[in-house]
Amino acid sequence: MKTMSNMNIYLQDISRGIVRDNPTFRLVLGMCPTLAVTVYLINGLGMGLSTAVVLICSNVVISALRRYIPDQVRIPCYIVIIATFVTVVEMLLKAFQPKLYAALGVFIPLIVVNCIILGRAEAFAGKKPVLRSLFDGIGIGLGFTVSLFILSALREVIGSGTFLADTAYAVHVFGESFEPMAVFSQPAGAFIALGLLLGLTNVIFKKLKID
Amino acid sequence: MEKLISIIFIYIFVENFVLQRFFGICPFLGVSRKMETAVGMSMAVVFVMTLATLVTWLAYTYVLVPLGLIYLQIVTFILVIAGLVQLVETVLRKISPTLYQGLGIFLPLITTNCAVLAVALLAVQNEFTLVEAVVFGIAAALGFSMALIIMAGIRERLELAKVPKALQGTAITLITAGILSLAFMGFKGMLTL
Repeated sequence: MKTMSNMNIYLQDISRGIVRDNPTFRLVLGMCPTLAVTVYLINGLGMGLSTAVVLICSNVVISALRRYIPDQVRIPCYIVIIATFVTVVEMLLKAFQPKLYAALGVFIPLIVVNCIILGRAEAFAGKKPVLRSLFDGIGIGLGFTVSLFILSALREVIGSGTFLADTAYAVHVFGESFEPMAVFSQPAGAFIALGLLLGLTNVIFKKLKID
Repeated sequence: MEKLISIIFIYIFVENFVLQRFFGICPFLGVSRKMETAVGMSMAVVFVMTLATLVTWLAYTYVLVPLGLIYLQIVTFILVIAGLVQLVETVLRKISPTLYQGLGIFLPLITTNCAVLAVALLAVQNEFTLVEAVVFGIAAALGFSMALIIMAGIRERLELAKVPKALQGTAITLITAGILSLAFMGFKGMLTL
């Protein structure tokens, strides 16, 4: 019986990260990578998953060390832990996904200052047990990935007229002769697309009465 | 000299850090509600960004490269920036309490401002010399400040406007930023390094 209720808490941690505390659409955190890398779907997914990996690892380690980290210097400690995992992810991407590494560029090292990760460390992992922090990391990481997926799919289809460009599954959604709305692959389109999506989520959440 | 002037122009207008490159969006959205706070934040960013570029460039060139520790770049830079911010805060409190009162609350926020880390990383990546790196830091910070102050001006007027209910808050701010970014697209391709 006890394991059942535990499972429920973990599942709740995951679903909360994806829907109610969605980092992009609900908490509006980590905006820089969200806006910058979502020109193509594959970049958005790569960024989302890299951030999720760093978040999960740092959540687990910070939670495991929470009794040993002195309260006064906790922020520098968290930053060092996060920076270590970012370095690991950067090296792995450079070695195994050079194309993605080039496309994401300076935004990979900038995962260090993604406020989602430090925010979760401060608000959750620094206080809660390891397993719950793990599932919180998975939830928030998935939430971030899903948001980037939605935004980059929208921007790629409207802005370039393709879907999954640069991969083996590339599709021209509207056919070759379609003239895409190029502004959506420009910085200005990123702001506007995200603004409209935020408005849409506000409406949907209000209709579903989730708060 | 020519290169320095083009760095200044490029990073204030053409490649504006906030509106074209998406660095430092969080403070851009967070503290642009009032003109007063926007100006305070801008001054703190100019101050810290210039210092941070200088120190991280020196650390990279004279410590990391000779020791073959380039893979520690991210950890070193973020620690240097965090330490620097702490130091600036302490020094300011001692020597200029008035300035500290103005900038004080913004300083801790700057550690997680990705624009600062981005300047440090890009200065090294673009292989700037020391002078170029510092000028780059100043220009990027001025570009950031300009965007922040323009945005604060717009948002103060937006307070009185009738915004559709669903778009209230961050959504309308993002759309405003999008229109601002469209305006800045006019500079696109005007100059390159």
